[in-house]
Amino acid sequence: METAPVVLRLDRVGVTYGDRPAVEDVTLDIYKNRITALIGPSGCGKSSLLRCLNRMNDLIHSARVTGSVYLDGVDINGDAVDPVQVRRHVGMVFQKPNPFPMSVRENVAFGPKRQGTSGRGRLNEIVEKALRSAALWDEVADKMDQPGTALSGGQQQRLCIARVLAVRPEIILMDEPCSALDPVATLKIEDLMRELARDYTIVIVTHNMQQAARVSDYTAFMLASEHGVNGRLIEYGATNEIFTNPRDKRTEDYITGRFG
Amino acid sequence: MTRTAFERQLLEVQEDMLVMAGMVEAAIERGIEALKTRNVNLAHQIIEDDLKINRKRYETEDKCLELIATQQPLASDLRTIVSVLHITVDLERMGDHAEGIAKIALMLADEPPLKPYIDIPRMAQIATDMLMGSIEAFKDRDPARARAICDQDDEVDALYEQVYRELLTFMINDPRTIQRATYLIWTAHNLERIADRVTNICERVVYLVEGRIEELNVSKY
Repeated sequence: METAPVVLRLDRVGVTYGDRPAVEDVTLDIYKNRITALIGPSGCGKSSLLRCLNRMNDLIHSARVTGSVYLDGVDINGDAVDPVQVRRHVGMVFQKPNPFPMSVRENVAFGPKRQGTSGRGRLNEIVEKALRSAALWDEVADKMDQPGTALSGGQQQRLCIARVLAVRPEIILMDEPCSALDPVATLKIEDLMRELARDYTIVIVTHNMQQAARVSDYTAFMLASEHGVNGRLIEYGATNEIFTNPRDKRTEDYITGRFG
Repeated sequence: MTRTAFERQLLEVQEDMLVMAGMVEAAIERGIEALKTRNVNLAHQIIEDDLKINRKRYETEDKCLELIATQQPLASDLRTIVSVLHITVDLERMGDHAEGIAKIALMLADEPPLKPYIDIPRMAQIATDMLMGSIEAFKDRDPARARAICDQDDEVDALYEQVYRELLTFMINDPRTIQRATYLIWTAHNLERIADRVTNICERVVYLVEGRIEELNVSKY
């Protein structure tokens, strides 16, 4: 039985792009300091759902989000809520590493600076702490003034994680964070995720079922009804249950590779 | 999408297990036959054939490990492979018990018969019925049948107790029967162990279908 508190509560969440429904009626609880994986075939709406968790769909002109997402009890879709503040609490790491075209140090210091942190000493402290938490410090300590884009792919992705950590979010969203990385870099990120789950709550979208099985505590399986519309939550539960004994035939068929 | 090659391999390990169960069934039946008919050649043959059972177990285990390593099976596929791995271990041990009976048949071949064999062949009959029933329950994915088979273990236990008491009486009345009677107790014990291992197979059938491990019959012995 889960004892961790719920940090994010999704209540009948739906997403529509123009007149095309992408996600429909998703209700689920995300637990604190747990890693929750969203899995499902392409077009099932898992990335759309992930973007609902920090109002990233606001940036997509045709997207309309319905239902409620409660972050620590407050509906983040409420009129009075500032999406920038939401994203400070709910950080995001993307599929392809996207370091800013600036130095390693500046990449990580960017967020804290925007939030008004100043003073070289204080900023350096934050940067080092974030890089250490992202398991990157030892590799870049002597490259702090080199461009972030000069790092390897795996290092760039950890730099992006450090950039998120520097603003001290509660929740980190990861949208296929390893899909552009080789297996060794992937395992490093996965190890890092387990480390980060001590202090953060992580929600990850992944196409790689083995990755979901390896890193997550909870797994949500989504499926679109037809041709990528009406993505729905089919089954949500503890990862070991989902991968050894799923309740729903559709989950079973997907994770055993019978379709998808 | 289907996974044709994987499904074929998955079927193959289950078929290997079925073949192995047939080999074990034959070993038990022939062991009792060798005992009853004092057939030394048959007993030697059973001992030799046990190597084939052991080999089959390791072959199947290799195939299962290869599937796990290369195909990352999940859900019912994973449960199938794990069940096959467990069941083949149980079958291999049952084969050893049958071999044990054959060895006793060799030791008793030159001794005068103590008594006609009635309860021991009955035990063997129930045990092999249970074995083949459990394997059918596996094939049919039938947990209700698996549970029902486990209840038969009590019959085997009761017969074992009967045989044990009877042979004890022989030994008390005539110490010259001690060696023969002890061998027969060993035989009955081998059969009791075989039936008990069938309940392990039944537990795997329940696990395979329902996804949870449940102890079905705590044997008296």
